[in-house]
Amino acid sequence: MTVPVVDMRGISVEFPGVKALQEVDFRLFPGEVHALMGENGAGKSTLIKALTGVHPLAAGEIRYAGEPVAFTAPAQAQAAGISTVYQEVNLCANLTVAENILLGREPRKFGRIDGRRMRARAAELLARIGLHIDPGSVLESHPIAVQQLVAIARAVAVDARVLVLDEPTSSLDADEVAELFRIIRVLRDEGVAVLFVTHFLEQVYEISDRITVLRNGRLVAEHPTAALSRIDLVSAMLGREMGLLEEIERRSGTPGQAFLVAEGVGRKGSVAPFDLEIRSGEVVGLAGLLGSGRTEVARLLFGADKADSGRILVNGKPLRLTGPRAAIEAGVAFSSEDRKAEGIVADLSVRDNLILAMQAARGWARPVPRKLADELVAKYIELLDIRPADPDRAVGNLSGGNQQKVLLARWLVTQPKLLILDEPTRGIDVGAKAQIQKVVADLAAEGMAVLFISAELEEVVRVSDRVVVMRDRQKVAELDGDVGVDDVMALIAGGGDHGVDHGVEKAVAS
Amino acid sequence: MKNRLLWPVLALVALLILNVVVTPTFFSLRLQDGHLYGSLIDILRNGAPTLLIALGMTLVIATRGIDLSVGAVAAIAGAVTCTHIAAGGNPWVAMGLALALCAVLGLWNGFLVSVLGIQPIIATLVLMTAGRGIAMLITEGQIVTVDSPVYRQVGAGFLVLPIAILISLAVLGLVALVTRRTALGLLIESVGVNPSASRLAGVRARTIIWTVYVFAALCAAVAGLMISSNVSAADANNAGLWIEMDAILAVVIGGTSLAGGRYSLTGTLLGALIIQTLTTTVYTIGIKPEITLVFKAVVVIAVCLMQAPVRVRVGGRVRGKQGVPA
Amino acid sequence: MVAPEVGAVPAKSPGSASRSARSRGRVNVPKRFLPVIATFVVFVATFGVGSVRYEGFASGQVMANLFIDNAFLIVLAVGMTFVILTGGIDLSVGSVVALSTMIAAAALQAGWPAWLVVITVLATGSGLGLAMGWVIHRFGVQPFIVTLAGMFLARGLCFVISVESVSIKDPTFRDLATGSIELPGGVTITYGVVIALVAVLAAVYVLHLTRFGRTVYAVGGSETSARLMGLATTRVKIGVYVISGFCSALGGLLFSLYMLSGYSLHAVGMELDAIAAVVVGGSLLSGGVGFVIGSVVGVLVLGTIQTLISFEGTLSSWWTKIVIGALLLAFIALQRIIVRRT
Repeated sequence: MTVPVVDMRGISVEFPGVKALQEVDFRLFPGEVHALMGENGAGKSTLIKALTGVHPLAAGEIRYAGEPVAFTAPAQAQAAGISTVYQEVNLCANLTVAENILLGREPRKFGRIDGRRMRARAAELLARIGLHIDPGSVLESHPIAVQQLVAIARAVAVDARVLVLDEPTSSLDADEVAELFRIIRVLRDEGVAVLFVTHFLEQVYEISDRITVLRNGRLVAEHPTAALSRIDLVSAMLGREMGLLEEIERRSGTPGQAFLVAEGVGRKGSVAPFDLEIRSGEVVGLAGLLGSGRTEVARLLFGADKADSGRILVNGKPLRLTGPRAAIEAGVAFSSEDRKAEGIVADLSVRDNLILAMQAARGWARPVPRKLADELVAKYIELLDIRPADPDRAVGNLSGGNQQKVLLARWLVTQPKLLILDEPTRGIDVGAKAQIQKVVADLAAEGMAVLFISAELEEVVRVSDRVVVMRDRQKVAELDGDVGVDDVMALIAGGGDHGVDHGVEKAVAS
Repeated sequence: MKNRLLWPVLALVALLILNVVVTPTFFSLRLQDGHLYGSLIDILRNGAPTLLIALGMTLVIATRGIDLSVGAVAAIAGAVTCTHIAAGGNPWVAMGLALALCAVLGLWNGFLVSVLGIQPIIATLVLMTAGRGIAMLITEGQIVTVDSPVYRQVGAGFLVLPIAILISLAVLGLVALVTRRTALGLLIESVGVNPSASRLAGVRARTIIWTVYVFAALCAAVAGLMISSNVSAADANNAGLWIEMDAILAVVIGGTSLAGGRYSLTGTLLGALIIQTLTTTVYTIGIKPEITLVFKAVVVIAVCLMQAPVRVRVGGRVRGKQGVPA
Repeated sequence: MVAPEVGAVPAKSPGSASRSARSRGRVNVPKRFLPVIATFVVFVATFGVGSVRYEGFASGQVMANLFIDNAFLIVLAVGMTFVILTGGIDLSVGSVVALSTMIAAAALQAGWPAWLVVITVLATGSGLGLAMGWVIHRFGVQPFIVTLAGMFLARGLCFVISVESVSIKDPTFRDLATGSIELPGGVTITYGVVIALVAVLAAVYVLHLTRFGRTVYAVGGSETSARLMGLATTRVKIGVYVISGFCSALGGLLFSLYMLSGYSLHAVGMELDAIAAVVVGGSLLSGGVGFVIGSVVGVLVLGTIQTLISFEGTLSSWWTKIVIGALLLAFIALQRIIVRRT
């Protein structure tokens, strides 16, 4: 290969209290498609933002086209030829396609925008990527996939040498992805360096030439795609932390009755219809990569999103899931993966956060008595080891692990029959992680049903009695608890290179 | 919490000191015929309607809302009461009617905001515009004067202290009690701070929002009764004109953010007092009373800048959580 | 926006909701013209009702009077449209109108030449707008509060100049005010109408044919995106308040021609009329959607209702407010339906 167009050496980025990236090296060559892989919190977005000047570097050096650079704003990086297309289309849906492509550098005559020339130029750029739509049409009149392609047209309109695509495919269907890939290949053949972030392994193997894997802010591996098997890729992404945590004692008791049964529950564009049975006193693990549909399953079961097919039975009776309240009344609790946006109420105290669900269920007129609240708070602060042990502290000031424990406690005080935990251990320290795992095991031993979602396979396999595997928004397998991490990993990786496909089908059929 | 109230307290203290310097007898109170008189009493009495409306507004703003229609609602309350009394009705029944009608108007606002999901500022703009028309419809465009000793008590009566002050303080106490003794305060703040988390925790946001708009309308109604009772007349055009702006200012000066979330009733009380004291101060230090508005503008800007989300540090660098796209 | 909606807790997760909402957006272009078309239909309908019911209503002069009586409001609505398109709001316009009439009247009384008065008034209005825009941008205080303070300030400054009404006796102003232009068909209009129409044309030009104007729409559509696209969002966010201030001052000058006096209590509540005209004209208060022409038609609708009610005679003036409130509601509902379908 030639000289890298982007060469990042020893990059570290720090946020208050967090080392988001630690000494990461990254290279990008002209005319290659380079996939950047990693789970949530691995540092993919941070690396991109470090490159485009959104985040300042704590350490390290960036060379662009051989010269050291230090962009301080995305506009600078863009002017230099590094264009970024984000997952959420960052265009103005209320403007026309031509304006979205050219605004800021539109052709002008005496300060007046030359509409005709602008549309002509836009049409040229659209033609370059083979997209034939009316440049004068309003952007929001097009489906999201086309909007994404328009964003790419804008990105390459500046003669970009580097094109960063941050999860551009997460909302596209197969045909749309194919169209996108066709365009990526056109650009690659023109010598553009493409940095591609996605969660879909199929796509990585289809389009990329090289793969860089990050995990927990560190560089794990950089390989030519052809030299990295799926199983190795998944294992690099998910990592293995064997031996770090104490072994959780597996319970010997048999699980009780089926508490919740989902029959053909699904939602178009979110997750394909699936069957699932969760029994009292068992922990069901949900394994899969980000974007595999694992979170969507949880949201459907809780009524946070509405299913458009299938039905849910609780204790054998059909449940009309009109929303979270219906689920809560049926004894289902759900702790979202997005702690900040959908979990904590940051400005309120630990006490208020802890009793929120209980209070919501009682209605405003029947407050949780102060004495009871204090008892509950004291109990759970001790039980879950919430620190600092100050009930009046605003929960936003606690560390991630302790916030997570407060959220766990919020649901435990309502004594649910089924507890759905979506990535309860993400981004928290090892100690807190072990504590949460132990609590989950204890709860199940006391008869609670738990649906446990985690990106860490070790963890899923260790705490679960059964493991459900998700891939590409489908349930692909259901395995017994004594399954090995490697088996699950093979199922998640899918593909043919390890001969696991056969096993998948069998598992699905069973 | 304490920190948030620092600037309003300082502003109020500064205003009071200024008054004492100019008028040494500013703090003196005298008892005459069992009625308490004095500059401080005047401030409290004149500020009573604003305080009432600001209390309702505080809860609305805490849920990320705003209610522009309170001035019009106040006018309607006065109009209904005076028209009914003028037609020979019982003043108690008249006031009851007014409160009931205004509760319905609050339900209407709450319906637009919580059920139809219309932005609060536009949803309440409808009633702000139409409300004065409705008030004039009720009074048939006249200024309806009444002669009812019972009704006069609401705004101009005394029970050692002016009754208007007692009503406002009673409502303040009631709100404080209800929001703290029930879970209403907690749920209002939780909806205001993080609506999606609240929804997932099972909070009935719709009921909460509906409740605060009804409460705001009721506060406005009582304030409207005070205003109209004070002059024993209903003026559909001018009663409660711009009082929604004063109320919003009182809330904001009191440290409750227009972005919703944590609210402070004490802050709102301080805010209302600052606004009223300012008006009085301008008068006592001998500036033309009409110019009060200029001072109001200056105080608003000063207090808001002190509490602005983006602070200016020494050296002029601007800090804030703006600018970093998620 | 000043007060983000809280009631609109969607039944789906935010992400999936917006995604599916967008991907279904195959409705074609006319959608964004729909509210403006609706406004126009309402205008034609109200005017039609008047023509059928009252003799002499459907005359060119009644139509021309609509413009004459509302010239200042048209200019205000133009400025307000800019602000609302970015998702802001300007509550100060009515007070700035009053301040402008006051400055004009007082300066003319003091013997200033008319041209200097005009420049002073326009500069004051623009300066106030600049100051408000700067505070909004720099300190992140909500536009609602800042322009509310601006409203108090401008109204207070009026009283500083004079508490009494000051009449305008300057011959230039009087000539401008009383002068009329004869159009074919015996219809006459005032110079104020011409100025208002020029302002409208200028606004249309700026909004649709300059980078500034397109950035106004971009900021209203998505400020984050606009910034990531490298557009001059700061300049636009402050600039719209300058434009609104300028338009208020210009509207104030027209108003002083109309009233031939400066008075502190002129134009009380006119900001609400301007906002109502913009909303009835089909703009979204959340920004990004709307047209100046819509706002102009919005003003005409409000004017027609007023004319209708004055023609009716038996109907009292307060019906105007109730009808405007109902219209506001109807248009908000219409917008909701369109947005939901998107």
